[in-house]
Amino acid sequence: MSVVYILWLREVKKYLRSRVQIVASLGGPLMYLGVLGFGLAPVFQRAGEGSYMQFMAPGVIGMTVLFTAMFSGIAMLWDRQFGFLKETLVAPVPRIAIMTGRTLGGATVAVLQGTLIFVVTLIAGFRPVSVLAVPLAFLVIALIAAIFSALATAIGSMLTQMQGFQMVMNFLVMPLFFLSGAIYPLDGLPRVLAALTRIDPLTYGVDGVRGLLTGRTHFGVMVDVAVLLGVGVLFVVAGAWRFSKIEA
Amino acid sequence: MSERPIIRVQHVAKSFGTVAAVNDVSFEVFPGEIFAFLGPNGAGKTTTIRMLTTLLQPTSGSLELDGLDPTTHQTEVRRRFGVVFQDPSLDSELTAWENMNIHGVLYHVPRAVRRERSETLLRMFELWDRRDDLVKTFSGGMKRRLEIARGLLHTPKVLFLDEPTLGLDPQSRNQMWSLVKSLNAAERVTVFLTTHYMDEADRVADRIAVIDHGRLVATGSSAELKQQTNTESLEAAFLALTGTTIRDESASAADQMRQVVRVWRGR
Repeated sequence: MSVVYILWLREVKKYLRSRVQIVASLGGPLMYLGVLGFGLAPVFQRAGEGSYMQFMAPGVIGMTVLFTAMFSGIAMLWDRQFGFLKETLVAPVPRIAIMTGRTLGGATVAVLQGTLIFVVTLIAGFRPVSVLAVPLAFLVIALIAAIFSALATAIGSMLTQMQGFQMVMNFLVMPLFFLSGAIYPLDGLPRVLAALTRIDPLTYGVDGVRGLLTGRTHFGVMVDVAVLLGVGVLFVVAGAWRFSKIEA
Repeated sequence: MSERPIIRVQHVAKSFGTVAAVNDVSFEVFPGEIFAFLGPNGAGKTTTIRMLTTLLQPTSGSLELDGLDPTTHQTEVRRRFGVVFQDPSLDSELTAWENMNIHGVLYHVPRAVRRERSETLLRMFELWDRRDDLVKTFSGGMKRRLEIARGLLHTPKVLFLDEPTLGLDPQSRNQMWSLVKSLNAAERVTVFLTTHYMDEADRVADRIAVIDHGRLVATGSSAELKQQTNTESLEAAFLALTGTTIRDESASAADQMRQVVRVWRGR
Protein backbone atom coordinates (compact mmCIF):
# COMPACT_ATOMS: atom_id res chain seq x y z
CA MET A 1 0.00 0.00 0.00
CA SER A 2 1.57 3.28 -1.01
CA VAL A 3 2.00 6.38 1.11
CA VAL A 4 0.00 8.46 -1.37
CA TYR A 5 -2.89 5.99 -1.27
CA ILE A 6 -3.07 5.71 2.53
CA LEU A 7 -3.07 9.49 2.98
CA TRP A 8 -5.66 9.87 0.22
CA LEU A 9 -7.79 7.19 1.91
CA ARG A 10 -7.49 8.98 5.25
CA GLU A 11 -9.01 12.16 3.81
CA VAL A 12 -11.84 10.29 2.10
CA LYS A 13 -12.67 8.17 5.18
CA LYS A 14 -12.78 11.24 7.39
CA TYR A 15 -15.13 12.96 4.96
CA LEU A 16 -17.49 10.02 4.64
CA ARG A 17 -17.65 9.69 8.44
CA SER A 18 -18.44 13.34 9.07
CA ARG A 19 -22.14 13.37 8.20
CA VAL A 20 -22.70 16.61 10.08
CA GLN A 21 -20.03 18.31 7.99
CA ILE A 22 -21.56 16.95 4.78
CA VAL A 23 -25.01 18.24 5.68
CA ALA A 24 -23.64 21.57 6.99
CA SER A 25 -21.66 22.18 3.82
CA LEU A 26 -24.87 21.95 1.79
CA GLY A 27 -26.16 25.09 3.53
CA GLY A 28 -24.28 27.69 1.47
CA PRO A 29 -24.97 26.22 -1.97
CA LEU A 30 -28.63 25.62 -1.08
CA MET A 31 -28.92 29.24 -0.02
CA TYR A 32 -27.48 30.43 -3.33
CA LEU A 33 -29.67 28.07 -5.34
CA GLY A 34 -32.81 28.78 -3.34
CA VAL A 35 -32.52 32.51 -2.74
CA LEU A 36 -30.49 33.79 -5.69
CA GLY A 37 -31.55 31.03 -8.07
CA PHE A 38 -35.25 31.61 -7.68
CA GLY A 39 -35.03 35.25 -6.57
CA LEU A 40 -33.12 36.53 -9.58
CA ALA A 41 -34.72 34.15 -12.10
CA PRO A 42 -37.45 36.60 -13.28
CA VAL A 43 -34.95 39.49 -13.72
CA PHE A 44 -32.53 37.25 -15.60
CA GLN A 45 -35.35 35.98 -17.80
CA ARG A 46 -36.60 39.53 -18.56
CA ALA A 47 -33.03 40.56 -19.51
CA GLY A 48 -33.16 37.91 -22.22
CA GLU A 49 -30.51 35.69 -20.62
CA GLY A 50 -32.71 32.60 -20.34
CA SER A 51 -33.08 30.39 -17.27
CA TYR A 52 -31.07 31.62 -14.30
CA MET A 53 -31.05 28.13 -12.79
CA GLN A 54 -29.42 26.80 -15.97
CA PHE A 55 -26.87 29.60 -15.79
CA MET A 56 -26.18 29.46 -12.10
CA ALA A 57 -26.06 25.72 -11.35
CA PRO A 58 -22.53 25.22 -12.77
CA GLY A 59 -21.41 28.26 -10.77
CA VAL A 60 -22.77 26.81 -7.54
CA ILE A 61 -21.05 23.49 -8.28
CA GLY A 62 -17.80 25.42 -8.89
CA MET A 63 -18.30 27.33 -5.65
CA THR A 64 -18.81 24.10 -3.69
CA VAL A 65 -15.69 22.55 -5.14
CA LEU A 66 -13.67 25.71 -4.46
CA PHE A 67 -14.78 25.98 -0.83
CA THR A 68 -14.38 22.27 -0.08
CA ALA A 69 -10.92 22.10 -1.66
CA MET A 70 -9.77 25.21 0.18
CA PHE A 71 -11.01 23.76 3.45
CA SER A 72 -8.48 20.96 3.03
CA GLY A 73 -5.97 23.71 3.86
CA ILE A 74 -7.75 24.20 7.17
CA ALA A 75 -7.54 20.46 7.73
CA MET A 76 -3.77 20.72 7.36
CA LEU A 77 -3.65 23.60 9.81
CA TRP A 78 -5.66 21.46 12.20
CA ASP A 79 -3.27 18.53 11.71
CA ARG A 80 -0.37 20.84 12.30
CA GLN A 81 -1.79 22.22 15.53
CA PHE A 82 -2.92 18.85 16.85
CA GLY A 83 0.13 16.88 15.90
CA PHE A 84 -0.78 14.43 13.11
CA LEU A 85 1.29 16.43 10.64
CA LYS A 86 4.36 15.81 12.81
CA GLU A 87 3.71 12.08 12.60
CA THR A 88 3.91 12.29 8.81
CA LEU A 89 6.84 14.72 8.73
CA VAL A 90 9.13 12.46 10.81
CA ALA A 91 8.27 9.42 8.67
CA PRO A 92 10.95 8.15 6.27
CA VAL A 93 9.00 9.15 3.16
CA PRO A 94 9.47 11.98 0.65
CA ARG A 95 7.42 15.04 1.45
CA ILE A 96 6.18 15.14 -2.12
CA ALA A 97 4.39 11.81 -1.45
CA ILE A 98 2.74 13.26 1.67
CA MET A 99 1.75 16.40 -0.19
CA THR A 100 0.37 14.41 -3.14
CA GLY A 101 -1.70 12.12 -0.90
CA ARG A 102 -3.17 15.03 1.01
CA THR A 103 -3.86 17.07 -2.13
CA LEU A 104 -5.52 14.19 -3.97
CA GLY A 105 -7.55 13.42 -0.85
CA GLY A 106 -8.72 17.02 -0.58
CA ALA A 107 -9.51 17.08 -4.30
CA THR A 108 -11.50 13.83 -4.09
CA VAL A 109 -13.54 15.15 -1.19
CA ALA A 110 -14.23 18.33 -3.18
CA VAL A 111 -15.41 16.28 -6.16
CA LEU A 112 -17.68 14.19 -3.93
CA GLN A 113 -19.15 17.34 -2.47
CA GLY A 114 -19.54 18.80 -5.98
CA THR A 115 -21.37 15.62 -7.03
CA LEU A 116 -23.77 16.02 -4.15
CA ILE A 117 -24.52 19.59 -5.18
CA PHE A 118 -24.90 18.51 -8.80
CA VAL A 119 -27.65 16.12 -7.69
CA VAL A 120 -29.26 18.93 -5.68
CA THR A 121 -29.25 21.21 -8.76
CA LEU A 122 -30.96 18.45 -10.76
CA ILE A 123 -33.67 18.29 -8.09
CA ALA A 124 -33.94 22.10 -8.21
CA GLY A 125 -34.64 21.96 -11.95
CA PHE A 126 -31.23 22.18 -13.64
CA ARG A 127 -31.01 20.11 -16.83
CA PRO A 128 -27.69 19.40 -18.63
CA VAL A 129 -27.98 19.67 -22.40
CA SER A 130 -26.54 16.21 -22.84
CA VAL A 131 -26.04 13.23 -20.56
CA LEU A 132 -22.79 12.47 -22.38
CA ALA A 133 -21.41 15.88 -21.40
CA VAL A 134 -21.76 15.11 -17.68
CA PRO A 135 -18.63 12.89 -17.39
CA LEU A 136 -16.62 15.50 -19.32
CA ALA A 137 -17.89 18.22 -17.00
CA PHE A 138 -16.76 16.13 -14.06
CA LEU A 139 -13.26 15.98 -15.52
CA VAL A 140 -13.21 19.77 -15.41
CA ILE A 141 -14.65 19.68 -11.89
CA ALA A 142 -11.84 17.31 -10.87
CA LEU A 143 -9.34 19.74 -12.37
CA ILE A 144 -10.82 22.64 -10.37
CA ALA A 145 -10.68 20.49 -7.23
CA ALA A 146 -7.03 19.53 -7.78
CA ILE A 147 -6.00 23.12 -8.48
CA PHE A 148 -7.56 24.59 -5.37
CA SER A 149 -6.57 21.66 -3.18
CA ALA A 150 -2.94 22.27 -4.25
CA LEU A 151 -3.38 25.98 -3.54
CA ALA A 152 -4.82 25.13 -0.12
CA THR A 153 -1.78 22.93 0.58
CA ALA A 154 0.55 25.78 -0.36
CA ILE A 155 -1.35 28.22 1.87
CA GLY A 156 -1.80 25.69 4.70
CA SER A 157 1.99 25.13 4.65
CA MET A 158 2.61 28.81 5.28
CA LEU A 159 0.03 29.43 7.99
CA THR A 160 0.54 28.53 11.63
CA GLN A 161 -2.55 30.10 13.17
CA MET A 162 -6.23 29.45 12.51
CA GLN A 163 -6.85 33.18 12.39
CA GLY A 164 -4.69 33.33 9.27
CA PHE A 165 -7.11 31.10 7.43
CA GLN A 166 -9.97 33.48 8.22
CA MET A 167 -8.01 36.10 6.31
CA VAL A 168 -7.49 33.69 3.42
CA MET A 169 -11.21 32.94 3.32
CA ASN A 170 -12.18 36.62 3.31
CA PHE A 171 -9.49 38.03 1.06
CA LEU A 172 -8.84 35.14 -1.32
CA VAL A 173 -11.60 32.53 -1.39
CA MET A 174 -14.56 34.90 -1.40
CA PRO A 175 -13.04 37.12 -4.15
CA LEU A 176 -12.20 33.98 -6.17
CA PHE A 177 -15.86 33.01 -6.02
CA PHE A 178 -17.42 36.42 -6.64
CA LEU A 179 -15.07 37.21 -9.54
CA SER A 180 -15.58 33.86 -11.24
CA GLY A 181 -18.76 34.65 -13.10
CA ALA A 182 -20.52 31.94 -11.10
CA ILE A 183 -23.55 34.13 -10.43
CA TYR A 184 -23.43 36.71 -13.23
CA PRO A 185 -22.50 36.68 -16.94
CA LEU A 186 -19.03 37.89 -17.93
CA ASP A 187 -20.29 39.97 -20.87
CA GLY A 188 -20.35 43.75 -20.62
CA LEU A 189 -18.50 44.07 -17.32
CA PRO A 190 -16.62 47.26 -16.36
CA ARG A 191 -13.02 47.06 -17.59
CA VAL A 192 -11.38 46.62 -14.17
CA LEU A 193 -13.86 43.95 -13.12
CA ALA A 194 -13.45 42.17 -16.46
CA ALA A 195 -9.67 42.14 -15.99
CA LEU A 196 -10.03 40.74 -12.48
CA THR A 197 -12.36 37.98 -13.65
CA ARG A 198 -9.75 36.92 -16.20
CA ILE A 199 -6.99 36.41 -13.65
CA ASP A 200 -9.27 34.26 -11.48
CA PRO A 201 -8.67 30.54 -12.28
CA LEU A 202 -12.16 29.65 -11.06
CA THR A 203 -13.60 31.77 -13.90
CA TYR A 204 -12.23 29.25 -16.41
CA GLY A 205 -13.40 26.34 -14.27
CA VAL A 206 -16.96 27.62 -14.04
CA ASP A 207 -16.96 28.56 -17.73
CA GLY A 208 -15.72 25.10 -18.68
CA VAL A 209 -18.35 23.30 -16.60
CA ARG A 210 -21.05 25.66 -17.84
CA GLY A 211 -19.94 25.20 -21.44
CA LEU A 212 -20.09 21.42 -21.18
CA LEU A 213 -23.34 21.20 -19.20
CA THR A 214 -25.33 24.00 -20.86
CA GLY A 215 -23.52 24.82 -24.10
CA ARG A 216 -23.05 28.44 -22.96
CA THR A 217 -19.38 29.41 -22.73
CA HIS A 218 -17.47 32.69 -22.67
CA PHE A 219 -13.93 31.60 -23.54
CA GLY A 220 -14.54 28.17 -25.09
CA VAL A 221 -14.04 24.88 -23.27
CA MET A 222 -10.63 24.20 -24.85
CA VAL A 223 -9.27 27.55 -23.63
CA ASP A 224 -10.76 26.91 -20.18
CA VAL A 225 -9.12 23.49 -19.91
CA ALA A 226 -5.76 24.80 -21.19
CA VAL A 227 -5.74 27.63 -18.61
CA LEU A 228 -6.77 25.25 -15.83
CA LEU A 229 -4.00 22.80 -16.72
CA GLY A 230 -1.42 25.61 -16.75
CA VAL A 231 -2.57 27.03 -13.42
CA GLY A 232 -2.79 23.49 -12.05
CA VAL A 233 0.89 22.81 -12.79
CA LEU A 234 1.81 26.15 -11.21
CA PHE A 235 -0.18 25.52 -8.02
CA VAL A 236 1.01 21.92 -7.65
CA VAL A 237 4.64 23.05 -7.95
CA ALA A 238 4.00 25.90 -5.48
CA GLY A 239 2.23 23.52 -3.09
CA ALA A 240 5.04 20.97 -3.28
CA TRP A 241 7.68 23.63 -2.75
CA ARG A 242 5.92 25.19 0.21
CA PHE A 243 5.21 21.78 1.76
CA SER A 244 8.89 20.82 1.45
CA LYS A 245 9.73 23.87 3.59
CA ILE A 246 7.18 23.21 6.30
CA GLU A 247 8.39 22.99 9.91
CA ALA A 248 6.38 21.00 12.41
CA MET B 1 30.77 1.69 28.51
CA SER B 2 32.78 0.31 25.60
CA GLU B 3 29.81 -0.09 23.28
CA ARG B 4 29.33 2.47 20.52
CA PRO B 5 26.74 5.08 21.56
CA ILE B 6 23.45 4.96 19.69
CA ILE B 7 22.99 8.71 20.26
CA ARG B 8 25.92 11.08 20.29
CA VAL B 9 25.44 14.82 20.79
CA GLN B 10 28.59 16.91 20.60
CA HIS B 11 28.74 20.63 21.36
CA VAL B 12 25.30 21.17 19.90
CA ALA B 13 23.77 24.63 19.93
CA LYS B 14 20.44 25.83 18.57
CA SER B 15 19.38 29.45 18.43
CA PHE B 16 16.09 31.01 17.39
CA GLY B 17 17.05 34.53 16.43
CA THR B 18 18.89 35.90 19.44
CA VAL B 19 17.51 33.27 21.83
CA ALA B 20 19.83 30.34 22.52
CA ALA B 21 17.52 27.37 23.19
CA VAL B 22 20.37 24.84 23.40
CA ASN B 23 23.92 25.92 24.16
CA ASP B 24 26.98 23.67 23.74
CA VAL B 25 25.30 20.45 24.86
CA SER B 26 27.18 17.14 24.70
CA PHE B 27 26.11 13.69 25.87
CA GLU B 28 25.93 10.07 24.75
CA VAL B 29 23.24 7.41 25.06
CA PHE B 30 24.06 3.72 24.76
CA PRO B 31 22.01 0.93 23.15
CA GLY B 32 19.34 -0.51 25.43
CA GLU B 33 19.55 2.35 27.92
CA ILE B 34 16.61 4.24 29.35
CA PHE B 35 17.92 7.79 29.34
CA ALA B 36 16.00 10.59 31.04
CA PHE B 37 16.56 14.14 29.84
CA LEU B 38 15.29 16.43 32.57
CA GLY B 39 14.97 20.18 32.85
CA PRO B 40 12.59 22.97 33.81
CA ASN B 41 10.16 24.47 31.27
CA GLY B 42 12.00 26.06 28.36
CA ALA B 43 15.30 24.43 29.30
CA GLY B 44 15.86 23.00 25.80
CA LYS B 45 14.57 19.42 26.15
CA THR B 46 12.05 19.49 23.32
CA THR B 47 14.41 21.44 21.06
CA THR B 48 17.03 18.72 21.56
CA ILE B 49 14.48 16.00 20.72
CA ARG B 50 13.36 17.94 17.65
CA MET B 51 16.96 18.10 16.44
CA LEU B 52 17.52 14.39 17.07
CA THR B 53 14.28 13.53 15.26
CA THR B 54 15.24 15.56 12.14
CA LEU B 55 12.61 18.27 12.68
CA LEU B 56 15.19 20.97 13.41
CA GLN B 57 18.77 21.52 12.33
CA PRO B 58 21.34 22.53 14.94
CA THR B 59 22.97 25.95 14.61
CA SER B 60 26.32 24.33 15.40
CA GLY B 61 27.77 21.08 16.73
CA SER B 62 27.15 17.53 15.59
CA LEU B 63 24.48 14.88 16.17
CA GLU B 64 24.56 11.16 15.53
CA LEU B 65 21.85 8.55 15.78
CA ASP B 66 23.03 5.00 15.21
CA GLY B 67 26.13 6.42 13.57
CA LEU B 68 24.17 8.62 11.14
CA ASP B 69 23.87 12.39 11.05
CA PRO B 70 20.17 13.38 11.26
CA THR B 71 20.85 16.55 9.27
CA THR B 72 22.32 14.73 6.26
CA HIS B 73 20.74 11.25 6.46
CA GLN B 74 17.19 12.19 7.35
CA THR B 75 15.40 9.22 5.81
CA GLU B 76 17.79 6.59 7.21
CA VAL B 77 17.65 8.20 10.66
CA ARG B 78 13.84 8.38 10.59
CA ARG B 79 13.63 4.62 10.03
CA ARG B 80 15.61 4.08 13.23
CA PHE B 81 13.48 5.91 15.77
CA GLY B 82 9.92 6.11 17.00
CA VAL B 83 8.65 9.20 18.73
CA VAL B 84 5.84 10.19 21.06
CA PHE B 85 5.59 13.95 20.96
CA GLN B 86 4.67 16.21 23.84
CA ASP B 87 1.44 17.10 22.01
CA PRO B 88 -0.84 14.28 20.84
CA SER B 89 -0.22 13.27 17.24
CA LEU B 90 -2.97 10.70 16.63
CA ASP B 91 -5.76 11.23 14.15
CA SER B 92 -8.73 11.22 16.49
CA GLU B 93 -11.22 10.78 13.62
CA LEU B 94 -9.70 7.39 12.76
CA THR B 95 -9.72 4.14 14.71
CA ALA B 96 -6.78 2.81 16.69
CA TRP B 97 -6.21 0.17 14.03
CA GLU B 98 -6.28 2.75 11.23
CA ASN B 99 -3.77 4.93 13.06
CA MET B 100 -1.47 1.93 13.40
CA ASN B 101 -1.97 1.02 9.75
CA ILE B 102 -1.11 4.52 8.48
CA HIS B 103 2.05 4.50 10.57
CA GLY B 104 3.00 1.08 9.22
CA VAL B 105 2.58 2.25 5.63
CA LEU B 106 4.52 5.44 6.27
CA TYR B 107 7.39 3.32 7.63
CA HIS B 108 7.18 0.73 4.82
CA VAL B 109 6.34 -2.15 7.17
CA PRO B 110 5.17 -5.09 5.00
CA ARG B 111 1.44 -5.80 5.29
CA ALA B 112 1.75 -9.18 7.05
CA VAL B 113 4.30 -7.85 9.55
CA ARG B 114 2.18 -4.74 10.04
CA ARG B 115 -0.89 -6.76 10.96
CA GLU B 116 0.95 -9.15 13.24
CA ARG B 117 2.95 -6.48 15.05
CA SER B 118 -0.06 -4.16 15.38
CA GLU B 119 -1.99 -6.97 17.05
CA THR B 120 0.92 -7.82 19.37
CA LEU B 121 1.41 -4.21 20.41
CA LEU B 122 -2.29 -3.41 20.79
CA ARG B 123 -2.73 -6.50 22.96
CA MET B 124 0.34 -5.61 25.01
CA PHE B 125 -0.94 -2.06 25.55
CA GLU B 126 -4.44 -3.37 26.35
CA LEU B 127 -6.08 -1.70 23.38
CA TRP B 128 -6.90 -4.71 21.25
CA ASP B 129 -10.57 -4.75 22.24
CA ARG B 130 -10.88 -1.09 21.29
CA ARG B 131 -8.99 -1.33 18.00
CA ASP B 132 -12.03 -0.48 15.88
CA ASP B 133 -13.14 2.47 18.00
CA LEU B 134 -12.44 6.04 16.97
CA VAL B 135 -9.52 7.50 18.90
CA LYS B 136 -11.63 10.50 19.91
CA THR B 137 -13.55 8.16 22.24
CA PHE B 138 -10.34 7.17 24.10
CA SER B 139 -9.19 8.47 27.49
CA GLY B 140 -5.90 10.41 27.75
CA GLY B 141 -4.08 7.34 29.03
CA MET B 142 -5.36 5.15 26.19
CA LYS B 143 -4.27 7.72 23.62
CA ARG B 144 -0.79 7.85 25.10
CA ARG B 145 -0.56 4.04 25.15
CA LEU B 146 -1.66 3.96 21.53
CA GLU B 147 0.96 6.54 20.58
CA ILE B 148 3.69 4.45 22.18
CA ALA B 149 2.40 1.28 20.51
CA ARG B 150 2.37 3.12 17.19
CA GLY B 151 5.89 4.46 17.75
CA LEU B 152 7.12 0.89 18.22
CA LEU B 153 5.36 -0.61 15.22
CA HIS B 154 8.34 -0.35 12.88
CA THR B 155 10.67 -1.84 15.52
CA PRO B 156 12.79 1.28 16.03
CA LYS B 157 16.18 1.23 17.71
CA VAL B 158 15.39 4.37 19.70
CA LEU B 159 12.08 5.49 21.17
CA PHE B 160 11.78 9.19 22.03
CA LEU B 161 9.16 9.98 24.66
CA ASP B 162 8.66 13.71 25.16
CA GLU B 163 6.71 14.13 28.41
CA PRO B 164 4.49 11.14 27.61
CA THR B 165 2.74 11.07 31.00
CA LEU B 166 1.75 14.74 31.10
CA GLY B 167 -1.84 14.98 32.33
CA LEU B 168 -2.25 11.27 33.08
CA ASP B 169 -3.53 9.89 36.37
CA PRO B 170 -1.10 7.91 38.58
CA GLN B 171 -2.59 4.56 37.52
CA SER B 172 -2.07 5.31 33.82
CA ARG B 173 1.43 6.62 34.46
CA ASN B 174 2.33 3.54 36.44
CA GLN B 175 0.96 1.21 33.78
CA MET B 176 2.71 3.07 30.99
CA TRP B 177 6.14 2.99 32.55
CA SER B 178 5.75 -0.70 33.40
CA LEU B 179 5.06 -1.34 29.73
CA VAL B 180 7.97 0.81 28.59
CA LYS B 181 10.30 -1.00 30.99
CA SER B 182 9.17 -4.42 29.82
CA LEU B 183 9.50 -3.41 26.15
CA ASN B 184 12.94 -2.00 26.80
CA ALA B 185 13.93 -5.33 28.31
CA ALA B 186 12.22 -7.48 25.68
CA GLU B 187 13.23 -5.62 22.51
CA ARG B 188 16.30 -3.78 23.81
CA VAL B 189 14.94 -0.56 22.41
CA THR B 190 16.78 2.50 23.68
CA VAL B 191 14.40 4.92 25.39
CA PHE B 192 15.10 8.66 25.45
CA LEU B 193 12.53 10.36 27.65
CA THR B 194 11.72 13.72 29.12
CA THR B 195 9.42 14.18 32.08
CA HIS B 196 8.65 16.63 34.86
CA TYR B 197 7.84 13.77 37.25
CA MET B 198 11.09 13.06 39.09
CA ASP B 199 9.72 9.88 40.66
CA GLU B 200 9.23 8.44 37.17
CA ALA B 201 12.77 9.27 36.10
CA ASP B 202 14.08 7.85 39.36
CA ARG B 203 12.12 4.65 38.81
CA VAL B 204 12.74 3.93 35.12
CA ALA B 205 15.92 5.69 33.97
CA ASP B 206 19.33 4.06 33.89
CA ARG B 207 20.99 7.43 33.45
CA ILE B 208 19.80 11.01 33.70
CA ALA B 209 20.96 14.27 32.14
CA VAL B 210 19.80 17.60 33.53
CA ILE B 211 19.60 20.61 31.24
CA ASP B 212 18.93 24.18 32.32
CA HIS B 213 18.96 27.42 30.30
CA GLY B 214 20.08 25.36 27.29
CA ARG B 215 23.18 24.01 29.05
CA LEU B 216 23.78 20.52 30.41
CA VAL B 217 24.37 20.86 34.16
CA ALA B 218 24.73 17.22 35.24
CA THR B 219 24.78 13.65 33.91
CA GLY B 220 24.74 10.38 35.80
CA SER B 221 22.57 7.78 37.45
CA SER B 222 19.93 8.86 39.93
CA ALA B 223 22.19 7.77 42.80
CA GLU B 224 25.13 9.71 41.36
CA LEU B 225 23.08 12.89 41.02
CA LYS B 226 21.85 12.57 44.61
CA GLN B 227 25.40 11.99 45.81
CA GLN B 228 26.73 14.88 43.74
CA THR B 229 24.19 17.28 45.24
CA ASN B 230 24.17 15.71 48.69
CA THR B 231 20.39 15.22 48.58
CA GLU B 232 18.00 12.42 49.47
CA SER B 233 15.69 12.44 46.45
CA LEU B 234 16.00 13.05 42.73
CA GLU B 235 13.59 15.96 43.03
CA ALA B 236 15.82 17.60 45.63
CA ALA B 237 18.86 16.94 43.43
CA PHE B 238 17.05 18.46 40.46
CA LEU B 239 16.18 21.60 42.45
CA ALA B 240 19.74 21.83 43.73
CA LEU B 241 20.99 21.71 40.14
CA THR B 242 18.45 24.01 38.52
CA GLY B 243 17.35 26.32 41.37
CA THR B 244 13.87 27.10 42.61
CA THR B 245 12.98 30.01 40.34
CA ILE B 246 9.76 29.38 38.40
CA ARG B 247 10.33 29.35 34.64
CA ASP B 248 7.80 30.86 32.28
CA GLU B 249 7.33 29.35 28.89
CA SER B 250 5.26 31.07 26.24
CA ALA B 251 2.20 29.06 25.12
CA SER B 252 2.88 26.86 22.13
CA ALA B 253 0.76 27.17 19.01
CA ALA B 254 -1.03 23.96 20.06
CA ASP B 255 -1.82 25.43 23.47
CA GLN B 256 -3.21 28.56 21.79
CA MET B 257 -5.33 26.43 19.46
CA ARG B 258 -6.72 24.42 22.38
CA GLN B 259 -7.64 27.70 24.04
CA VAL B 260 -9.55 28.74 20.89
CA VAL B 261 -11.36 25.38 20.84
CA ARG B 262 -12.29 25.75 24.52
CA VAL B 263 -13.70 29.23 23.84
CA TRP B 264 -15.74 27.91 20.90
CA ARG B 265 -17.08 25.07 23.00
CA GLY B 266 -17.97 27.50 25.75
CA ARG B 267 -15.78 26.03 28.47
